[in-house]
Amino acid sequence: MLSRTAANLFWIARYIERAETNARLLEVGARNALLPNTGGGYRNEWDSVLAASGTASAFRDKYGEAVQRNIETHMFFDTDNPSSIASCITGARENGRIVRTALTGQVWDALNTAFQELQDFARTERSRLPLSDLTDWTLRTTSLIRGAGLATQLRNDGYDFTNIGHYLERADSTARLLDVKYYVLLPEVSFVGSGLDNYQWRTLLRAMSAQRAFSWVYGGEITASKMVDFFVFNPMSPRSLMSSAEGALSHLERLARSYGRSTPAQNAARALVEQLQRMTIEDVFDEGLHEFLTRIVGEVDALASVVSGTYLSGVARCD
Amino acid sequence: MSQNPISRYFNEMYQGDAVRPPYRGLEDWSRDMPAEFRDMKQSEAEALFRRIGITFAVYGEGGSPDRLIPFDMFPRVFAADEWYRLERGIKQRARALNAFLVDVYGRGEIVKAGRIPGRLVYQNEAYETAVCGIVPPKGVYSHIVGIDLVRTGPDEFFVLEDNCRTPSGVSYMLENREIMMRMFPQLFQENRIAPVETYPGLLKRTLASVAPKKCDGEPRVVILTPGHFNSAYYEHSFLADMMGVELVEGQDLFVEGDFCWMRTTEGPKKVDVIYRRLDDPFIDPLCFRPDSMLGVPGLMNVYRSGGVSICSAPGAGVADDKAIYTYVPDMIRFYLGEEPILKNVPTWQCAKKDDCKYVLENLGELVVKEVHGSGGYGMLVGPRATQSEIELFAAKIRERPENYIAQPTLALSTCPTFVEEGIAPRHVDLRPYCLVGEQIELVPGGLTRVALTEGSLVVNSSQGGGVKDTWVMAE
Repeated sequence: MLSRTAANLFWIARYIERAETNARLLEVGARNALLPNTGGGYRNEWDSVLAASGTASAFRDKYGEAVQRNIETHMFFDTDNPSSIASCITGARENGRIVRTALTGQVWDALNTAFQELQDFARTERSRLPLSDLTDWTLRTTSLIRGAGLATQLRNDGYDFTNIGHYLERADSTARLLDVKYYVLLPEVSFVGSGLDNYQWRTLLRAMSAQRAFSWVYGGEITASKMVDFFVFNPMSPRSLMSSAEGALSHLERLARSYGRSTPAQNAARALVEQLQRMTIEDVFDEGLHEFLTRIVGEVDALASVVSGTYLSGVARCD
Repeated sequence: MSQNPISRYFNEMYQGDAVRPPYRGLEDWSRDMPAEFRDMKQSEAEALFRRIGITFAVYGEGGSPDRLIPFDMFPRVFAADEWYRLERGIKQRARALNAFLVDVYGRGEIVKAGRIPGRLVYQNEAYETAVCGIVPPKGVYSHIVGIDLVRTGPDEFFVLEDNCRTPSGVSYMLENREIMMRMFPQLFQENRIAPVETYPGLLKRTLASVAPKKCDGEPRVVILTPGHFNSAYYEHSFLADMMGVELVEGQDLFVEGDFCWMRTTEGPKKVDVIYRRLDDPFIDPLCFRPDSMLGVPGLMNVYRSGGVSICSAPGAGVADDKAIYTYVPDMIRFYLGEEPILKNVPTWQCAKKDDCKYVLENLGELVVKEVHGSGGYGMLVGPRATQSEIELFAAKIRERPENYIAQPTLALSTCPTFVEEGIAPRHVDLRPYCLVGEQIELVPGGLTRVALTEGSLVVNSSQGGGVKDTWVMAE
């Protein structure tokens, strides 16, 4: 397969996943904002969402204060923001158009319809577009695109590159979503385990569509340890770092088998999985949740670079 | 729905009240179709086109690059014997054009024999000195020859122009048929219509048949596109898909060790035949335009040394130049020793003093075109132009006479077409696609373009033209 085609497929998946992350971040922010501000020293909940999305400074330059309406504009509509939902859907569809023939009709339909509906949103009065409608639409749309691929795409190398894109982006997304919690964590340790703390964790679970799953697996109280286990280590959790890393690894191994050649990309993915297998919840807290998550985001990014350098850039070398 | 019998235009379906034989299968169908049913089918067709994403962009118009080309459901029909004659004429012309190209990049016999002025050939903008002396595999420069034809009477066909570089539109020929078969299957049961769906297979065979001499084994064919911003990108990806070959951009290819390679996820793969859909100046920045980002540096060296075939071969454009066009009948006589089966439209060359004088005096009657123009841009249709437009154009001709040719306004045939008021005659032309490789092939059909505006003679999609399915009745 052409390297560029593989890169397009990889990026379609990443954009779709990223749009979904933004919708989930917006949900977290909106719900946390409903919480009364008790006590001083809080950061603005929306600041934490921006910080986790990695676009805080770009936002401040353009909009200034972090009020909900501006955040919605920035994270959903604004095409100046390369990771806004509008940018991601447009980017996914543009990549899809380039590799139109590598996609089934259903996947293309889903991508193209998403783009057309996005155009309709842009023409609609904003007061008629409540945030919950926008986030619902995004989650529904991204599920449709992914599902169409799952049901109809040929299981060839292109399918592997698509899934590697999904898993790497999802690992990044989970780390960022968890990090929101870090940003809103109170300076005083006494708040840990408080009602407020609980509310925030619950919001996070809800945004990850994982509230019920969490109860099934752990039951009882929500604690920081259980949350970290669920979102970092538990391979049953579909959005955990472990699931994502294992998913990426399994598709890389599938590639290596079909190409009859292993590359540094497989080694890098295996190293990430093994690292997560070795670590414990205590290790994470010793390192500091934020520090750990920041490091993981960096490592996932490095893995993406290796995949890209190995397969997607078509480095000129003759056998 | 009879037509005015005294119309000066040849109606391909009606002769007075009588229906010409090839169209008989459409008489009841079109007469009995209720308006609501027609509207429903029309929107169904549009939805299908939009769904498959068959759109085109119009240069210089801004707006959405995702515009639909209007599709008219009323087919255009040729009888088997009519087609047989066209086919022979088209293949004859494609053979002569290729013989001409090999000649003018070689010994130039036709110039030496005084049949074509050397100035028109060697000083032509499209003449590539970089390929002098090269005889491409199987002696073919132009592998896909698109010949634009118009009809003015039962047996009157004229060639409007030749397209030897990268004629586009063939995806419409195929998709129009697909959509018609899907929407009106009974028409295809009741009429014996020759299939066109063999085209992609024949194209691939044609391209593979001109693999370079250094290629051993199954040749790898690719389509080279300028990218997804190109107005014909849909067609590029469609053909790649139908042929089962990779669609590459310049950045996907590189040159190393006398060969051309493509970058794949499994490392470099050698490329043998490139069906390029970009113009000569953009193929290789080392050889042509140094600022081109679209091409492949060093590709021309590989081509010259027989490491890769490029289709159409660089330099092919000199044969479809509008100034050269006048001489195609002479080429046919010179190289093939045959009489041309298809006629040229009489053409005045403004570069010639007498011709130019005549043109300026008769602008109101003539169609004037730029020698290097295409797509219906920069042309004047005298009978439809205002006085001030004519004066403006006259000034342009005086300034650069060699840049213009003129032709009489042809009485283009009409074909019944669905319009708002029902069915009405609209002017049509035809572009068949002739494939030249080891063999010469022509699928029975082509792209019929229709001028949807009443009375208009300009069929270009960029000027509001539409397309029709084109039927050739099987014998």
